[in-house]
Amino acid sequence: MERDKNFILGVYDDEDVLLDAISKVRGTGVKIHEVYSPFPVHGIDDVLGYKRSKLPIAAFLFGMLGTILALTMQFYMMKIDWPMIIGGKDHAAVPDFVPVTFELTVLLAAFGMVGVFMIASNLKPWGQPRIFDIRITDDKHVMAIDLAVNSSMGESQLTDVLKNSGASEVNFKSFE
Amino acid sequence: MGHSTTNYNLDQKFDFSAGLKKTIFTVLIFGAVILTAGILMAALGGGHDEAHAEGGHAFHWYQRLYANLWINNVYFTGIAVIGVFFFAIQYAAQAGWSAPLLRIFLSFGYWLPFAGIIMIVSYFIVGHDIFHWTHKTLFDINSPDYDKIIDGKAAFFFWPLEKGTFPAFFIIRMVLFFGAWVLFFNKLKNLSYQEDLNPGNQTWYKIRKWSALFLVFFAVSSSISAWDWVMSIDTHWFSTMFGWYVFASWFVAGLSAMTLVTVFLKERGYLEMVNENHIHDLGKFVFAFSIFWTYIWFSQFLLIYYANIPEESVYFIERLESDVYSPFIFVNLALNFFLPFLVLMTRDAKRHGIFLKLICSLIIIGHWFDFFLMVQPGTLGHNGGFGLMEVGMFLVFGSLVTYVVLNNLSKRNLIAKNHPMLEESYHHHI
Repeated sequence: MERDKNFILGVYDDEDVLLDAISKVRGTGVKIHEVYSPFPVHGIDDVLGYKRSKLPIAAFLFGMLGTILALTMQFYMMKIDWPMIIGGKDHAAVPDFVPVTFELTVLLAAFGMVGVFMIASNLKPWGQPRIFDIRITDDKHVMAIDLAVNSSMGESQLTDVLKNSGASEVNFKSFE
Repeated sequence: MGHSTTNYNLDQKFDFSAGLKKTIFTVLIFGAVILTAGILMAALGGGHDEAHAEGGHAFHWYQRLYANLWINNVYFTGIAVIGVFFFAIQYAAQAGWSAPLLRIFLSFGYWLPFAGIIMIVSYFIVGHDIFHWTHKTLFDINSPDYDKIIDGKAAFFFWPLEKGTFPAFFIIRMVLFFGAWVLFFNKLKNLSYQEDLNPGNQTWYKIRKWSALFLVFFAVSSSISAWDWVMSIDTHWFSTMFGWYVFASWFVAGLSAMTLVTVFLKERGYLEMVNENHIHDLGKFVFAFSIFWTYIWFSQFLLIYYANIPEESVYFIERLESDVYSPFIFVNLALNFFLPFLVLMTRDAKRHGIFLKLICSLIIIGHWFDFFLMVQPGTLGHNGGFGLMEVGMFLVFGSLVTYVVLNNLSKRNLIAKNHPMLEESYHHHI
């Protein structure tokens, strides 16, 4: 069976049941593909065993890039390309550079972070998001389990695991 | 999920042990010895005749002692009043996360009556050596010292009395501010202790009302006290950002002190229901307001530097071009901006006591240097500096404030056990 194609879905009505279910399902050795929720659920990262996001590192690096870009640009313009005396100050009057440097740092950190997040989450405008169950935008929580990844367990066994964990219904979903 | 907070002993009290008191007294005596050594060195070795060359006042060693007294008293007054301010903010913002920490914030206010007495009494002893505007001849049009600019500002100090006499308006403000701060503190304190006896939400609403009133009063009084006690030292000079600047400095130092006490208590096994999420929030406050202070500091500096108007830029020339003070400008920025900014940037640093203890201690020292730079150049000029007297006075004040705060913290429950938001705080998760 091919990976990332065929899924078994557990549908949950309540986030407390869901949090409990995630621990139970992981306890049986099943690997969870992803959990979809209509709103942020506190503590879900911990029970899913997710590692901390690397997004802050991307933000920091893009911020540094902004700082370097801003300082290079201003030094080049004000000191090398077209030196001007403004207010009797030195050509490269560093305190004057600070506001622009600050703004470009923030701008690049923010844009870089949003860009990285969109790429990492497959949110590109031409991308086709996979809808596991349309009700995850309304009132249901859905736990998706990749059948190929958990091939050591049969479909009926996975269904039992999900039912026992408190799922209100169990469905199958395949993608082309 | 039930009442999870009932799992904890909410009646826990902080045991201000004899060992801890001894440590604080050791620091106090150590500080006093250093201070005395500094005074002796200045009094016996101060044979410089530099001041005579200026033809102005001769410089006396005790002026440096007076300036130190003023620096520390203004600084620690700020830390004390910020404790009450931060307590009030929690109620005005209806914050739940901070519920188990409220008594720590509040306990800083116990220093306020002492600070008020020291400030008012010391004004009459040191005021003339600290504040240039107290000199009578400045207001006498026939005197060679007559100063038109200060004469124009005189009503701010002397109204309704005659210029150059008793600074009635100045003293009235000082008494009014300290009086009102202490009254508000007592009101909030008594209400908070009443809550321990009366379960329910009624006390919370009362505290919120008094908190809101205090915040309105503090918004005005903190700015004016900054002009009065600090900015008027450089009497000609003015900055419209100065109130905010002093407030920001006080706020960061106060937040650091509150975080230090919280981490200290947590390490000794108190405050069981406070976890790394609450510590993280305190760390975020310290981080954010360090940047806020830098923003204010730099805005003030940049505008003055860019406009380059002599009457404004003289303030920074006195500091940046002085052999005595220019290194401390960079110490100030390094300790109060670069260090907290770089170290507290990551999530882990804000969640672990060890980083916070280090950074908060350095910030408390750093903001002392901020006040040092505000007060000394205008009072002592090139006769100032950082030496034994400065270290000693800081240790004496610091240990006294610590003693008063911890001693009063130990008298009541550490946690306001009937606070309606304790349960919310218990589930606080970020």
